[in-house]
Amino acid sequence: MTAAGLTSPEEAVRHVKSGDTVMVGGFGLVGAPLTLIDALADLSDATDLTVVSNNIGEPGRGLGKLLRQGRIRRGISSFFTSNPEAVAAANAGELEATLLPQGTFAEAIRAGGAGIAGFYTPVGAGTLLAEGKEERIIGGVPHVLEEPIRADVALVYAARADSLGNLWYRHTARNFNPLMATAATITIAEAGEIVAVGEIEPESIATPHLYVDHLVARA
Amino acid sequence: MSGDPDPKAIIASRAARELRPGEIVNLGIGIPNLIPGFLGSATEVFLHTENGLLGVGPRPSEEELDPDLIDAAKRPITALPGASYFDSASSFAMIRGGHVDVAVLGALQVSETGDIANWAIPGKDVLGVGGAMDLVVGAKRVIVTMTSTTPSGDAKVVRGCSFPLTARGVVDVVVTERAVFRVRSGALVLTELLDGASVDDVVSVTEAAFTVELEE
Repeated sequence: MTAAGLTSPEEAVRHVKSGDTVMVGGFGLVGAPLTLIDALADLSDATDLTVVSNNIGEPGRGLGKLLRQGRIRRGISSFFTSNPEAVAAANAGELEATLLPQGTFAEAIRAGGAGIAGFYTPVGAGTLLAEGKEERIIGGVPHVLEEPIRADVALVYAARADSLGNLWYRHTARNFNPLMATAATITIAEAGEIVAVGEIEPESIATPHLYVDHLVARA
Repeated sequence: MSGDPDPKAIIASRAARELRPGEIVNLGIGIPNLIPGFLGSATEVFLHTENGLLGVGPRPSEEELDPDLIDAAKRPITALPGASYFDSASSFAMIRGGHVDVAVLGALQVSETGDIANWAIPGKDVLGVGGAMDLVVGAKRVIVTMTSTTPSGDAKVVRGCSFPLTARGVVDVVVTERAVFRVRSGALVLTELLDGASVDDVVSVTEAAFTVELEE
C-alpha cells in the first residue's frame, strides 16, 4: 500500500479472523513481534488459526501463549521441538503439525510472496518429509516439489520503521520477517522505533513500504 | 587407548584440522561448537549461522550481550568485522546453492555409503528438523562429528541407517573419538586412528563394513 497506517496493537489484531492463516516472524523469540502476539493472545478471540512460524514460541511465551489457549489448530514450522508444549499438543492430536526443512520453509514463503507457484528442491528427497510430495529426478538428482505458502495476515518485527512503513532490521532479528512481510494479504509490522520518512537510508531498507499495511509501536 | 581425554575434545580437535583457511563453515550444535577452540590462528575460517549471519565471532562478555544477536542454537554470539546479516531465504540459498564450503554436524547414525540420520528417533517426536537437511544436501563438504557408539553401546557407524534419514550419500568425513573415516566412491574407508586406538578397536565399535587405508 502507499502508506502504512499507525495503529494500536488492539486495532491491528482485529484483522486476524477465526480460521485465518497467520505468519509470525522470529527465530525463537528473537525478531518475533511480541507486542502483536501478546495482543492477539490477550485482546482478540480469533481462534482455529493456522500459524506459520519457524517455532511455536516457548512455553507460555510468544506463540506459546496462544498455543496454551488452544487457539492454534495447525502449525507449519521447521522446529516445533523448541516448545515442548507444542510437541505434546501435536502428540495429543490437538495441534496439526506440518514440518518442513528450514530452507524449504523460508523459500516457500519467499515463493508465496513472489508469485511463484512452487519449486523443486533436493532437500528432503527420499526422507519422511517428502512423503506425499511429487518427486522428480532433475540433472540426475532427486528433487521434491514444494508449494508456496501464503497467509491472510503476517505479523513481523523490525527494529526501525519510518512512517511510510519502510522497515530496517537489526542483526539476526531479521530472519523470516522480510519474507513474511511479502507473503500475506495483510502485513502488520511492529517496530522498535518509528522515525520520520527519510531517516532510514534508502539502501538500508530491507522491506519497502509497499508490503506493509499497518504499523504498530513495540510496547 | 589412553582412555582419559574427553572424547568430545578429541573429536573436535581432529575435526578442526579438516578445515582450511578462508573456508565458509557452518557448525552444528554440540561437538561442532567446540571446534573454534581448536582452530589455530593460522586457520581463519568464516562461520556462517543459518539464522542469518556470516562472520560469527566469539561468545560475548556480559557487556557485549545483545538480544538481537544469536546463533542457530539460540545462544548469544558476537559478529566480527566484515560480518554480514541476511534473511533466512538468502541464508538457505547460500547453503543449497553450494556457497557454504563445509557443514560440521552431529549425527545419530551414518551408514557405510554416507547416508546420515540426525534429526529423529523412531517412536520419539519427529517434530524438529531445522536446517539439518538443507545443510547436508547443500554444503560442499559434510563432516560428521560423533562418538562411535551410543551411551548404551550401539554402533553409530552402521551398514544402513535404521533411524529416519536426513539425506542419502552426502557424508564426506566421519570423525569419532577413535577414528577418521572418509566416504570414497560411496564406500567407507578408515584413514586414521585416534588416541591410540587400533583397527580392532574401531572394528569392535563399528557395524559398517569399511576398508583400511591409513594415512600419515
